[in-house]
This record gives sequence, C-alpha cells and structure tokens, in this order.
Amino acid sequence: MGTLLEVKNLKTHFVTRSGVVRAVDDVSWDVSESETVALVGESGCGKSVSALSIMRLVAGPAGRIVGGQIRFKGRDLLRLSEEEMRHVRGREIGMIFQEPMTSLNPVLTIGRQLTEGLEIHLGLAPAEARRRATELLGMVGIPDPERRLRQYPHQFSGGMRQRMMIAMALSCSPSLILADEPTTALDVTIQAQILELMKDLSRRFGVAMLIITHNLGVVARYADRVNVMYAGRIIERGTARELYANPRHPYTLGLLRSVPRLDEPRRARLDPIEGQPPDLMRLPAGCAFTPRCGFSVERCRVEAPPLCEVNAGGHVSACWEADNLDRARTASRT
Amino acid sequence: MSDGAPLLQVKNLVKHFHLGGGLFGGRAGLVRAVDGVSFEIRRGETLGLVGESGCGKTTTGRCILQLERPTSGQVLFEGRDLATLDEDALRPIRRKMQVIFQDPYSSLNPRMTVGQIIAEPLAVHGIVADRAERARRVRELLSHVGLLPQHVHRYPHQLSGGQRQRVGIARALAVEPSLIVCDEPVSALDVSIQAQIINLLEDLQAQFGLTYLFVAHDLSVVRHISDRVAVMYLGKIVEITDRKSLYDSPLHPYTKALLSAVPIPDPALEARRERVVLGGEVPSPLSPPPGCVFHPRCPVAIDRCRGEVPDLREIRPAHRAACLLA
Repeated sequence: MGTLLEVKNLKTHFVTRSGVVRAVDDVSWDVSESETVALVGESGCGKSVSALSIMRLVAGPAGRIVGGQIRFKGRDLLRLSEEEMRHVRGREIGMIFQEPMTSLNPVLTIGRQLTEGLEIHLGLAPAEARRRATELLGMVGIPDPERRLRQYPHQFSGGMRQRMMIAMALSCSPSLILADEPTTALDVTIQAQILELMKDLSRRFGVAMLIITHNLGVVARYADRVNVMYAGRIIERGTARELYANPRHPYTLGLLRSVPRLDEPRRARLDPIEGQPPDLMRLPAGCAFTPRCGFSVERCRVEAPPLCEVNAGGHVSACWEADNLDRARTASRT
Repeated sequence: MSDGAPLLQVKNLVKHFHLGGGLFGGRAGLVRAVDGVSFEIRRGETLGLVGESGCGKTTTGRCILQLERPTSGQVLFEGRDLATLDEDALRPIRRKMQVIFQDPYSSLNPRMTVGQIIAEPLAVHGIVADRAERARRVRELLSHVGLLPQHVHRYPHQLSGGQRQRVGIARALAVEPSLIVCDEPVSALDVSIQAQIINLLEDLQAQFGLTYLFVAHDLSVVRHISDRVAVMYLGKIVEITDRKSLYDSPLHPYTKALLSAVPIPDPALEARRERVVLGGEVPSPLSPPPGCVFHPRCPVAIDRCRGEVPDLREIRPAHRAACLLA
C-alpha cells in the first residue's frame, strides 16, 4: 500500500511573551492509503497541533510551522498557495472535531452546511447536492434525513451532530480523514456507535484515517498503527498489536499500567506515572520524560534519545533503556 | 472497610425541574431528572453511581448535599432527614458533607491563593479561629494531598490540572467531613494523572475513615474504587449491588451494554470481543417512555416491557435489578 501522507521533521512553534513553545518538535510519521493511524498522548503533547499543521490551520501569528515537510500524495502541502490549500481542505482531507457544536454553524441548517461543500468542491447543482446530502445523512445512520436536513445543529443530540460531522467529512470522498478526539465528548454507548460507524465507513470507502486521542482503549480497537507523543515528540511507534503487547518506552508502559482495566482482576492499587507533564517552555536537556521515569540512567539527563528500531515491523522507541524494560522490574514495583 | 451502619439513606428521592413558559412563552414541561431513587451508603464505604449524561447521577448527588432541594423523598444523614431542615439547621451538617467537582479550575476562585482557598472553610465554619493555627492546618492539609508548603502562595492558574484537583480535595478535607460526594473527580484529568488522584482518594479514605459517593461515567474507574455500584438510567436506578456481582454477573441489559461498550486497551482482545452496540439514544427526561424506561433501546425487550414499569427487586441476595426478564 502506497504512502498517502508523509510528515517529515515537522516543527510547529508558538512564540509567546514568556518564550518559545515547541509544540511539535521535529516529528516524522506517515499514513498509508486506507490505513488507520493513531496519534496518542496527553494534553499539550502536540497531537492536535500536528493535525492543525497538516491543514495549515495553526493560529498565527503566534503559531508557525518553522520547519519540515508535509507530503500528501507526493505534494508538499507547506508549499501550496492558500487557494490550492482550500481545495485540499474538505475536498481531499476531511475533518472531524471533538466538539461538533462548536465546529458547526449554529445559524445555518444542517442541509446548507452539507450542500455547501458539495457545491463548492464538487460543483454540484443545488438539487443534486441536496439529493447527495440526503443520501449522506442516511449513510451515517440519521433517521428521516429529508426532515433532518431542514433542522439546525441545536436540534441534534451530541451523537447525531457527530454523525453529521462524519457525513460532512465524507461528503467529497476524501482520501484521508483527520479525526481529533472524535468521541471524547460522547457517552460510552454513543461512543461505541460512532466508532463502529467510522470503522465501517472507512473500510467501505477505503478512506485512510488519522485518529487523535488520549484514550488508549479507543486506539486499541480501531488503529492499525500507533504513534505515542510526549512533550512535542514521538517517543514510540508500532503496529497496535505490537505496541500494546510489547511497549518499549517507559511512558507507553506507564500509560498502559496506570489505567484500570475491566478484563483484568481488580488491582489493590493503581500504578500511576508520578509527577507532572513538563512545561514545554522549560524542557529539560536530554529526554523530556526523565523526571518521571523509573528507568532513567545518567545518559538520559544529558542526551535526548533518537527513535531507534527495537523490533521488526517498524516498531521504534526513543529510549536509551528500551532493551532493559523487562517486565519483572516493573512488576516488582507494585 | 465499612462497619455496617448506614451513614446515608436515600429513600424514594424525586427531583423534577419545571421548564416554564419563559420569555418566549415556550411549552411548559417537567424534567424528571431523578425519579424515585433509593439506596444507602454505609460508613467508610464507597458507592459508585454510574450512568450516561442526563441520567440524573449528578442531580442525585446535589440533592443529597441539599444544593438542590428534593421534590419529594427523604435524605437521611446520620438518621436525620435533611430534606425537612431549613438553611440554619443545615449549616452544621454541611460541614460533614463535602463535594469534589469534575473541573477543579472552575470550582476554585481564581483570585484566591491556594492557602486562602483551603483556609476559607476553616474560618467560615469557625473550626480554627486562630490565624497562626489556621496556617499550620493548611500546611498539614497540603501535605495530606501531596502538595508542597510553597504551593500556599500560588494561584489556581499557576497549577496543573492534577494539582488543582488536589487543592479541591484539600478544601473538602479541611472541615473534617464524614461524607464526600466526588462528582467525576478524575474525568477532566490526563490519563497519567487520574491514577495519582484515585490512589490519593483511597489513601485519604483509609486514613480518615471517609465515606464516598463516587459519581462517574467511567466504568473501569468505578470498578476500581467502589465497594458497591448503582447504575442509573433516565432518573432511575436500574441495578445496584456489590462491585464483584455487578462486574462479574450483571443482570440488567443496560449494565451489560455499558460494560460491553468500554474499550479495553488490548488490540488482540478487542478483535475477538463480542459487543452489544445499543441502537438509538437516551430518550428525553421531559417525556420518558412508558413501561420500562430502557425498553426502546433494549436488545431483549418483550411486549410486557412497553406497558409495565419494573420494580427494583432483589434477584439474588443483595443484588437488585429493575428488569422484568432478570
């Protein structure tokens, strides 16, 4: 399968009065055609800024992409004119956001918001766009689509709005969809519905997906490959199966161990990652995870480890001690 | 953990909100937020209260604290019915019941330092009148929740989410309560911080003999922290029992669907896991369906469920469920 999107050495920085925030700091990853890739990490790790960078929607003048390439179907998106970029947004790359209410226009009908893209990007006539919009709403499981098209976003429930966002993202048959925390604002049972729908549709239409989330469970069920981010960098990457079965970075290991799991016997005590995520303006020299890491050695404090292959199949980890994270040692801590 | 005597008994609690005509003369309606809820919490115990948004779990917590006065029903705290007391009579009891909110940022005054925030209830309730003594007590509380003495002079915006939640906990602890209503205390926090706060809540419970009502939607977290669990749907408790029975052998189809919807961080296991994906959405509490409130989404509903309201009945010892088919 060919590479669809390739992010190379991307750097997105924010200049503030108190200093430069390196939100995304020399990050490289890719998405193949029809593949579902996840960017996982906690608030402030740079996962959302990565997505905004791809769409060139980083809020200026404070935020700026200061280096790197974003190659989509062979073209570098960072070199496109604003006009060309508008054609990419929505037409070639669809978007789904966490809070659909804030990303929909409250004073336009659902129908208008769906047909707008169809008319602009695909040049459909109004009647044709309307027909297609009805079809799209039906496809994402919204009952009575004819009537629903005449309604406004506030008349939709949270789950229905997210279905509508999916319909919008799919409307122009993009080859990639960026989904930023698509189910975080939804209830558990609705979250399950939406994720099943996204998985089903992406398979049916062969759309590649980039899912951005903090939820390790969501990723386990839906991603082919996972990138774990910490403090603006990717610290581990692998196929979902490999990464969960055999985590090779102390942060990934810590995240997996800190969540209680329904399929395991209840533990007497949870095993958290101690400390706080670092201040991106005052990153320590060396590896940013060192102050919270149970495995760190002298070298971690002075030299940031590069991403190195730790296993076959593209499993990489940025940790000097990647080969020494034996489970016996972590088990002995509990 | 618990010594058996109920600290809190909630009997047939009802809270309805009137949606009235309003400025634009819209149709009036009645939101049945909590519709006949009964349970008890024993001293030293943690009762988990789970359900999706709008199920009434937060309103239940607020009615217990008398932040909302119940429409009907009883809230017996140490044997006294709080619903019948006026504000003056309630004040000394409020000391014994505290709350920890989901979003520590919006529940802390941004113009007060951490020290002032924690000292305030000590002064308001007249617990520690002496200033120097109060400062000493604040430092002690900070250390109980894992903060440092220098945090006294910080403002909420200078703290991380996890540290702010620790301040919220210290403020609740300040008045030495016996019951703490924890309303989604970790859901706004990062994954790596959630476990820190849960461990802290458990340590404090052991140290001070606290009783928790733990309101949350995350079933994995609730399983970890609760001794018993109640599941709410559309204003009613549909199942209540001890932790082990609920998670090992759930009886209500809604509980089963909720458990099945929780993603597990293990791709190999997820690939072969059977899932009950519920269709539809939670109906509006303005017009709950007749019969069993869950029947429109229930995968096993029969005709009787449409007309008959199921009682919350004991199906196995100490395991109650509101389902005709259980």
